Amino acid sequence: MFSADFLSYNTMIVLVGTSLLGGTSGLIGTFAVLRKRSLTGDALSHAALPGLCIAFMLWGERNLFVMLLGAFFSGLLGIGIISGLRAWTRIKEDAAIGIVLSVFFGAGIVLSRLIQNRVSAGSKAGLDSYILGKTAGMLSYDVYLIAGLACGSLIVVLALSKEFQLISFDTPFATVQGWPALFLDLVLMSLIAIVVVIGLPAVGVVMMAALLILPGASARFWTERLPSMIQISIVIGFLTGAVGTLASATFSLMPAGPLIVLVGTGFFLISVLFAPRRGVVARQLHELSFRRELAQQRLLNLFLGSDKTLKPEIALSEISTTRSSFPGIERSLDLALREGVLQSDDSRTFRLTNYGRTLAVQVHQRDLLRHLIWNERPDLAAYCQADDDLDELLRNSTPEAIELRTRLEQRGELLSKALPSGGAL
Amino acid sequence: MAELWDQWELSVLTVLAGILSSLPCAWLGCFLMLRRLSLMGDAISHAVLPGVVVAALLTGELTGWPIFLGAVVVGLFTAFLTRGLSQLGHVPDDAGMGVVFTSLFAVGVLLISQFASQVDLDPGCVLYGLIDFIPLDTVNRFGWEIPKAYFSLVPCLILTGSFVLLFWKELQLSSFDPNLASAVGFSADLIHYLLMALVAVVSVSAFEAVGSVLVVAMMIVPPATAHLLTDRLGRLVVIASLCCVTSSLFGYWGAIYWNTSTPGMMAVVAGVQFGLAVVFAPHHGLVSKGLHQLRLALRIMSEDIIGGLFRAEELAQEAGLSSEIPWRTCREILGQGRLTSLAFAWLRFRELIRPTPRGGILLTDEGRRRAQSLVRSHRLWEAYLQKYFHLPEDHLHAPAARLEHYIGPKLQEKLEEELDAPHTDPHGRQIP
Repeated sequence: MFSADFLSYNTMIVLVGTSLLGGTSGLIGTFAVLRKRSLTGDALSHAALPGLCIAFMLWGERNLFVMLLGAFFSGLLGIGIISGLRAWTRIKEDAAIGIVLSVFFGAGIVLSRLIQNRVSAGSKAGLDSYILGKTAGMLSYDVYLIAGLACGSLIVVLALSKEFQLISFDTPFATVQGWPALFLDLVLMSLIAIVVVIGLPAVGVVMMAALLILPGASARFWTERLPSMIQISIVIGFLTGAVGTLASATFSLMPAGPLIVLVGTGFFLISVLFAPRRGVVARQLHELSFRRELAQQRLLNLFLGSDKTLKPEIALSEISTTRSSFPGIERSLDLALREGVLQSDDSRTFRLTNYGRTLAVQVHQRDLLRHLIWNERPDLAAYCQADDDLDELLRNSTPEAIELRTRLEQRGELLSKALPSGGAL
Repeated sequence: MAELWDQWELSVLTVLAGILSSLPCAWLGCFLMLRRLSLMGDAISHAVLPGVVVAALLTGELTGWPIFLGAVVVGLFTAFLTRGLSQLGHVPDDAGMGVVFTSLFAVGVLLISQFASQVDLDPGCVLYGLIDFIPLDTVNRFGWEIPKAYFSLVPCLILTGSFVLLFWKELQLSSFDPNLASAVGFSADLIHYLLMALVAVVSVSAFEAVGSVLVVAMMIVPPATAHLLTDRLGRLVVIASLCCVTSSLFGYWGAIYWNTSTPGMMAVVAGVQFGLAVVFAPHHGLVSKGLHQLRLALRIMSEDIIGGLFRAEELAQEAGLSSEIPWRTCREILGQGRLTSLAFAWLRFRELIRPTPRGGILLTDEGRRRAQSLVRSHRLWEAYLQKYFHLPEDHLHAPAARLEHYIGPKLQEKLEEELDAPHTDPHGRQIP
């Protein structure tokens, strides 16, 4: 598929590095998103900058490990300040994040300019690349670091998966159960900090924040279970890194950092729109079918006469009087004709088909049951929420259900009159 | 001499640029903070980048209204999208915001890298700004050499200022109670989007001059500082403005002194001011909170001591013994803590207790009066708890021992009234 020189050694290195970084951010980002700490990654990546500079100043030369250590500690300090401000002052979390983010970043810029003044201009480029990222400059050493980090964080998450799951969904419960919630939170924050710090030179400050949020936020749409969410998030993160890097290698002018983020955004948009059940399209479709069902029920209710019998047919003129209180009745009539609920010879009078008759009886029966429950057995009101539950109550042989059914038969003349065959559903 | 004047003029113009660009940020930031939307400022100031780039590509220049139009469009887009994601897609607010602004920023960076030759804009300049070059790039108007940047900064300042003044009560109401604002008849949503549009305008005008770092810092840090110093909205805005002025001044001075980045230093000074406010603010600062807690702890400890002495006196009188308590027994009961020593010193100083020559302590008359009132509160409350809450006898002491410190003379009268002036508490002790 690709020619040999297209996937050069350098590209391979970058490809492996960004994919692994994406996968790891997906793994850790899942928890950040679930704990509503998405922007903590943003704050952290900004807060890492001064530590990077101070480590550089103290060490006196570029040493990746020392600088990352400095970045890690200043990132954690930033997170600590955010928690402290939230706990001990009236500053709210969002303002606290903003303060740490902007002040630490300002300090980072001040320090990097100081470094620039002190040493020759050549090494300054090193610091600049941390802000905007230099994906193409990734070395095999970086890749080993990222691979080690990926394995390490996977092991930690696997070892603490139960605990992380608990604090992600119910921290107070975890505390009450005696788990060290604060310590676990710190472990999680440290993992985020490590990922951010290692990712910084590759993709830069803003892009790193995106990489941490996007896979987790996308994965949330596809599943309701944490383990599968983590797996999906890892896969999406991995693909984001890989596809972004390949795209950047194909269009040689485009920098990889923003491309990776945009690929991630693409995955996110697809998830938001098209994920089954939680996606926007699926939700809208579900809502539409629900509205249609409600409209059909209202239509069928029109056939219910005041003497609780089903009218054989109904004229459009009769319906027209209720039109103002039944918006979109034409569409509902159309739909009912097409679905074989209603019959009409001249589009002016409408008759129920046999199928429609069954439906109408069902609807009335549910309505009667609802009224009965609300008036006489409010303790069973939970059944009224879903039609399926009501139907089950009509079929069940529990004492409650039987009692309700006999009462229904005592009061409702409807069933016998409506159904010539004697009322069997 | 002339050279000195030039140098001075340069500084004034730079500091003024800092103030002019940070004031509108802080004004809007006050309302953003109250609505817990501080990070929206951060998000929008990053997200406007593609709007600016596209406008610059279309018009071929980096100044003028098209830039602002592009920024407003993208800024509003950010606000709409963040809201849409949380309402339609059920994405958590913070994740939605993070996704939108980082993606838009990525688009901006990508556009810049693609059309770098056509636009005189690099991501670095967007981040750090060019405040040091502002005084150098001037045009001659009204007989003065005025920096070009002022022609976008000053209108922005006036626009934001008049918006805040004109819509003061709407902003106030919709910041503190958006539902009430909507119910009363002016749309909180409209105000929200107006605010967002202005944030976009202000970010663009300011980041040309001072970079997005300072925009974000000035939008969040001075309002937060002011929030620690006052509880009134009017003063909040004024104090935030003052913080902007001082950060610009000292930031510039520090940047010159250490020969480093001016916007970065301004952000750091703003951060230092905030740190000082966190520690030393009169009511909401850590020191004043700590002192308040210490005072309360000291009062409770002292009252416990004199209350204990009073009860010991009672017992001693019943048994016909001396009411003097040996000092050592006292310390054994109360423990050796520093707070205890402090409380004893305080009681001695206020002459509520006095030492006896034989190494014991006694209440003074004033001390006895106070202790009596305290024990009275305690026993009244026990009686009240028993009568109205039907607590068992062994559950009465603990809540009363807590609440006795907060029952003043008025509440004592009220309790006495409710209980028909009782003489004894549930344990059969006399109510003094």
